[in-house]
Amino acid sequence: MKYIIAIIQPDRLDGVLEKLEEKEIHLVTVTSVLGRGRQKGVATVYRSHKEAGSLLKKMKLEIAVNDAFVESTVDAIIECGRTGQIGDGKIFVLDLEECIRIRTGERGGVAIG
Amino acid sequence: MRGRLKTLLAIPALLGGIGSLTGVAEEAAQAVAAAPAAAAATLNSGDTAWLLASAALVMLMTPGLAFFYGGLVRRKNVLSVLMQCFMVLCLVSIQWVLVGYSLSFGPDIKGIVGDLSWFGLNGVGLEPHAVYATTAPHQAFMAFQMMFAVITPALIIGAFAERVRFVPFCVFTLLWTTIVYDPMAHWVWGDKGFLGTFGGMGALDFAGGTVVHINAGMAALAAALVLGKRVGFPEKMSPPHSLPFAVLGAGLLWFGWFGFNAGSACAANGLATSAFVVTHIATAAAGLAWAFMDWVFNGRATVLGIITGAVAGLVAITPASGFVNVLGALAIGLGAGAICYISVTFVKTKLGYDDTLDAFGVHGVGGIFGALATGLFATKAVNAGGADGLFYGNPAQFWIQIKAVIIAMVYSFVVSYLLFKLVDLVMGLRAGNDEERIGLDLTEHREAGYTMLD
Repeated sequence: MKYIIAIIQPDRLDGVLEKLEEKEIHLVTVTSVLGRGRQKGVATVYRSHKEAGSLLKKMKLEIAVNDAFVESTVDAIIECGRTGQIGDGKIFVLDLEECIRIRTGERGGVAIG
Repeated sequence: MRGRLKTLLAIPALLGGIGSLTGVAEEAAQAVAAAPAAAAATLNSGDTAWLLASAALVMLMTPGLAFFYGGLVRRKNVLSVLMQCFMVLCLVSIQWVLVGYSLSFGPDIKGIVGDLSWFGLNGVGLEPHAVYATTAPHQAFMAFQMMFAVITPALIIGAFAERVRFVPFCVFTLLWTTIVYDPMAHWVWGDKGFLGTFGGMGALDFAGGTVVHINAGMAALAAALVLGKRVGFPEKMSPPHSLPFAVLGAGLLWFGWFGFNAGSACAANGLATSAFVVTHIATAAAGLAWAFMDWVFNGRATVLGIITGAVAGLVAITPASGFVNVLGALAIGLGAGAICYISVTFVKTKLGYDDTLDAFGVHGVGGIFGALATGLFATKAVNAGGADGLFYGNPAQFWIQIKAVIIAMVYSFVVSYLLFKLVDLVMGLRAGNDEERIGLDLTEHREAGYTMLD
């Protein structure tokens, strides 16, 4: 089992979710987050006072998958999340030790999805 | 004593209006109508209705201002600003009926201040006054003016927002209203006040450019200088936490300002209509001017820009609203938008003081411009009781306006500065660094404007 964390551009969220659904990856948690990387922010101006905007809005997706679904999940995110510009984000793949469905108490791969 | 007697006599006279309900009251009214209540006979129901409605409109400006300011501060300070505005509304209303109205409009002492004979509204009854709002109950005029006394100290909040302790703020507000606002209201609007048109040097201020805006603006500058900059200013300041709130607030201000300016005619007549129209046009022009300047200098028209411009226009047209025609208003609006833009964008940045929400940059500068522009664009064609300005062949009026502006600026700045220093010395005006970092909502009020969990 793997735990995939993806940081993507906010406007790409809908497309990524659709593509994941198409590939039968249903389990996903989405959070609106602030972060920074190499992309410089869009400066905003308030009464001519410029805000450099060092932190940018991103969407964080958290997805638990069985090993067989890792590549299709990553592909889906890249396919729909990529704009080709700096700031498209990152995908982190972590080992997942255990997964428990609260309703039934099932454990392991069957508890996912 | 005599005033109180007249009040008692006027009450049945007023009840006469609903006399069909109580034949007794009608008889009583007829009984006094013949005798000493001659003044009551001049009551005009239209004027009274407009004055009361205007008072309510001006009252709404203070909560409107609260949202305008509240939207512009950071999340952690939104309640502190709303609270300060609401507290001013409560505090100054009480001060006003106890001593404020008497100091401002009571019997004159050498043109400087009213005496205290109207303490607790003693003698301020329901019959019209001989000089103020002569066709409406004296208390209607008192209530209308009360709302002005409320919003003026509330305007200063913009300068010290996000870093002032609450109790010292309350003490300052009470002192400032009593020592700075009340006398200046008397100078300009009080019977025999030395600056105004009731037997004074003849400075034109229809609805409060001097008394309200220059006054609050200079106090705001003093506040910014006494309190110093916020932690992290100017590099580490977060953007306004809710521009939609600010737009709502600006909208309420614009709406309420019709009461402020058109209500200052104290009658439902042509002058009120003219003031209504020029107020609207100057505001629209100033909003446009600011948006245009934004577009030229920043490449984008901004929401904060257009609402700030509109407020600048409202401020600038205030003293002129009873004396200028529509083209004058257009010029004043465009000028106010451009000049306040320059003061907020370039002058403030250059001088480096931290006037949190530009109370000086908009109300002070806009008020000064408006008062001077009144001396340029005023015309007797609009208001025979006013005066012609420079552009209508009367340069003397312009000099009068300049003198009045300088007197108001100096008095307000000096006394406000001393009051801030005094309160700071005795109580400590400024919140500590930790309190400021955490936010005043939590540290001063133990509340939070927004919750994270449902």
